[in-house]
Amino acid sequence: MLVRFLSRAALPLGASFALLLAGCSGGGSDTIKVGEFASLTGKEATFGTSSHEGTLLAFEEINAAGGLLGKKLELITEDNQTKPGETANAVNKLIAKDGVVALLGEVASGRSLEAAPICQQSKIPMISPASTNPQVTQTGDYIFRVCFIDPFQGTVMANFATNTLKARKVAIFTDVKSDYSKGLAKYFKERFAANQGTIVAELDFNGGDKDFKGQLTAIKAAAPDGVFVPGYYTDVALICIQAKQLGLNVPLFGGDGWESQTLLEIGKEAVEGHYFSTHYAADAAGDKVTAFVAAYKKRFNGKVPDAMAALGYDSAFFLADGIKRAAAAEPAKIRDALAATTAFDAVTGQIAMNAQRDAVKSAVILQVKNGAFKYVETVKP
Amino acid sequence: MDWLLQQSINGLGLGSIYALIALGYTMVYGVLRFINFAHSDILMLGAFAAFYLEPQVSRLLGGPESVLGAILIAALAAGLCALLGILIEFLAYRPLRQRPRLAVLITAIGVSLFIEFTAQHDKVFSAKTQFFPRLLPEHTFQWGQVFFSSTDLLVPAVTALMLGAMWFIVQKTRTGTAMRAVSFNQQAASLMGVNVNRIISFTFGLGSALAAIAGILYAMKAPGIEPLMGVQPGLRAFIAAVLGGIGNLPGAVVGGLVLGILETFLGGIPWLSSYRDGIAFAILILILLFKPAGLLGKATVEKV
Repeated sequence: MLVRFLSRAALPLGASFALLLAGCSGGGSDTIKVGEFASLTGKEATFGTSSHEGTLLAFEEINAAGGLLGKKLELITEDNQTKPGETANAVNKLIAKDGVVALLGEVASGRSLEAAPICQQSKIPMISPASTNPQVTQTGDYIFRVCFIDPFQGTVMANFATNTLKARKVAIFTDVKSDYSKGLAKYFKERFAANQGTIVAELDFNGGDKDFKGQLTAIKAAAPDGVFVPGYYTDVALICIQAKQLGLNVPLFGGDGWESQTLLEIGKEAVEGHYFSTHYAADAAGDKVTAFVAAYKKRFNGKVPDAMAALGYDSAFFLADGIKRAAAAEPAKIRDALAATTAFDAVTGQIAMNAQRDAVKSAVILQVKNGAFKYVETVKP
Repeated sequence: MDWLLQQSINGLGLGSIYALIALGYTMVYGVLRFINFAHSDILMLGAFAAFYLEPQVSRLLGGPESVLGAILIAALAAGLCALLGILIEFLAYRPLRQRPRLAVLITAIGVSLFIEFTAQHDKVFSAKTQFFPRLLPEHTFQWGQVFFSSTDLLVPAVTALMLGAMWFIVQKTRTGTAMRAVSFNQQAASLMGVNVNRIISFTFGLGSALAAIAGILYAMKAPGIEPLMGVQPGLRAFIAAVLGGIGNLPGAVVGGLVLGILETFLGGIPWLSSYRDGIAFAILILILLFKPAGLLGKATVEKV
């Protein structure tokens, strides 16, 4: 317990959480309590910190504008330290001890799946900012998400390859160790075939491999117009380097697993000109994005918000919108209002909830240009 | 035809790396009859040593990517890793030398895990993948539709050179004679005036220096380094050493090349590419079943 307290106190915002926690034990009903669980420390601390900062900014903005239903919103944050098992503890505590009316979290699908059954059983609405695994919302009717799901990116990239790249022949290079990669590849294949395109080669790699030349030579021999590589950034960077070495000079494109500064650091000039789909682009046009980026930079020392921050921000406003329409801070009413969302304007695009409580929204395509990610276009669902 | 040639070049590049790592495995085995599982982690440490030395050496020489700089970095990294190898042997393996061989083997796995997880700590190298700087100017050559880089040529050349050097040391020098004597019978060797401890330290140092050079070449081929980078090629190299006949230096190189070329060719076949990692193990099982002494190894009768 001491260790957990210390790890929390080590955060710059730790002191204010501690105050919030101390303040809530009195149990006044002059605030609406919302729980958040995030990986603020540990291996995936960057994801958790980004989404938490987005969420925090949203709460501050809502409260500055007078709160909801005449009450202030109170955010109670728990750190799961990126550890399996900790999320369940955090969520149980938030529901049982703090009595929150709704929960926000998590970025990683694995940890969202840990929290979802508890929220479902306690009938407390849970909104995941960025878990893209389809299973998350299949847990039950109290679980929502504000991001799109894995298969959608496959569909988006197939349309992008057909319409923008004008590719007729595409090769697919899948990470067999990753469900994410296989899911994207499957839906890409279906849509690309429906678009009258041909898949000329399908090869696999194992995430963590360093040598891809055997497969890339086979891909090159099939003479594709482009290669779909739904992998994670470190593998993708090496694949791009080796593709270039082998003279495979066609566009490579993938999903949001590409989005990391590490891709640029390792890939350097070899990743130039390639494309990937993701949730949001900080340099995209639009008043909402511009306002959000400006507010975030002001609040967090000039830091440019990434996709996780934008989704954290959206998850908070999406919940606020639900509470407002429910006109009551009661979990069941909030759930019904959230499920009935048809057109919520978020930073990451307009969101509608489908029957599965997954967000139906557009994706953006980014291109690597001069060592940075540049917005190319928005693809509608 | 282009395809065949390109895959052969790819396979040779990969196989040479496996061969170079396998040389270290096989040499230690030859002398001590035990597999040093920490070898693959020394490889990683060699790459990281070069990663941290590169800026210093570049500053010293007034610019990056020089041949002299690359040799200097490799030599320093190899020296550091040699010392580390000697230290590991002294601390972890020497106290267990008279114990059953299994105890040392398990300790080797422990040392390997210890290095891997220490290196992953945020205050050490951290778990994230880092960019490995270019040590030499890289040229790409094109011949029709066949592409290869200067690194593709460098790796087999270094491997051949190292094989030659190892063969010379083991067969032609006094220390080499002593190594062979220790390998044959430790007790008899020490009775003949061979300092067994020193020979074993030397063997570990040499093996670790080889691992460091292999690590640097591996990082030059795929410039993303992380604390677990040695695991996969280390396992392959171990299989390559068994394939060629463990304890046999040319056998390790043959085994490495065979494995690298097979993996590359099979990896290029669409429905087999996902089994690429399994191929190495399938080969290991076949070799153990049909030719337990390896391709170039001599079958020995276990004396009781």
